[in-house]
Amino acid sequence: MERDDLIQDNNYSVSANHDEAHGVVIRKKIWKVTGILTLITVIEVLIGAFIKQYDASGEDNFLWPYVKIGFLVLTVVKAAYIVLIFMHLGDERKSFKWVILAPYILFIAYLIFICLAESTYWHEVFQGENSINP
Amino acid sequence: MAGQSENISRSELWGGNGSPFRISYGKQWMWMFLVSDALTFGGLLTAYGFARHQASSWPIGEETFNAMPFLGNGYPLLYVALMTFILIVSSVTMVLAVEAGHRLDKKGVVKWLLLTVVGGLFFVGSQGWEWYHFIHGTHYGSVLTLEGWAVVDYNAANELILRMGRGLTVTGAEAKALFDGATATMQGANLIENEYAPLVPQYANFFFFITGFHGFHVFSGVVFNFIILINVLRGVYDKRGHYEMVEKVGLYWHFIDLVWVFVFTFFYLL
Repeated sequence: MERDDLIQDNNYSVSANHDEAHGVVIRKKIWKVTGILTLITVIEVLIGAFIKQYDASGEDNFLWPYVKIGFLVLTVVKAAYIVLIFMHLGDERKSFKWVILAPYILFIAYLIFICLAESTYWHEVFQGENSINP
Repeated sequence: MAGQSENISRSELWGGNGSPFRISYGKQWMWMFLVSDALTFGGLLTAYGFARHQASSWPIGEETFNAMPFLGNGYPLLYVALMTFILIVSSVTMVLAVEAGHRLDKKGVVKWLLLTVVGGLFFVGSQGWEWYHFIHGTHYGSVLTLEGWAVVDYNAANELILRMGRGLTVTGAEAKALFDGATATMQGANLIENEYAPLVPQYANFFFFITGFHGFHVFSGVVFNFIILINVLRGVYDKRGHYEMVEKVGLYWHFIDLVWVFVFTFFYLL
């Protein structure tokens, strides 16, 4: 069988070996992203520890919906850094990038939409005003 | 890392005799596998969202997970934040191993890959501790009072505190009356019941299934990294002239970090 793990004549540029000078540039980028990811995690934990979901009387904290959205945004930012920088997807050819990202985003967006729509209905059935619960 | 700038004509790219993506077969299909695995995790987390959105109440992350090894309770989210940090750092050491591989620096690859394996083992160990603690439960368990389920706790002065959910606590004589009138107790968590959310037993099921599935990925990732480390030490990739295998297991390892970022958000923060 012909071996396919041999890369010849630098055909695949992203996989190509690089020299020390280029390595310095890449390492600098890696440490920068490390700092950003750590900072985001610290911010998330601080928000989680100090902003409560409920206020002293057990009512919903009016800030919480915004905090929730903030968490989701920070999560997606972290995910983007990991995928585009650490996994080098940002350095691959544009066609490959979209082959990976587009189907996934499409399916997951649909899945999230349909599950939230369904569970909103079931929430109404079980917990709503005309709930089937006694 | 280079490459975005190179201009290749469309006919040359798609005309055969090579990957139009300019990417090797192995790496392309590692990506395809990761997409399918990401769909699995996406499905699991969406199912979790489905169950949570229809439930009447859901436990608060920083109240359920507030213990530190050797220090006891009262450290909301700190331990899981530490776990997250360990996993991010091991992702960084992995990407440094890949970078060293591109320079054919065997010593560097060995150093960073070894650190990645150690970081992965730390994470799996932490998750084991977290599971142990979750299954074992709070110190005193929960009781079913006339006002609903409550977690039993004592403050520094050894006075009874009942945590009623939604961040509410009851203390003093009222707590004592509720406690004495309790009709049922529950401690810890299993697949049938859990004291963190007595009315939503799925909570523990989702916790076990999703963090367990992720932990299994971490474990297999550590095994893959270890196998590749041995190959590096044996000089397999030196002979081959490139360290692309390090890059491929690296992709898998980063993916594990990526999934954890989402698990962290949905189980602990929200």
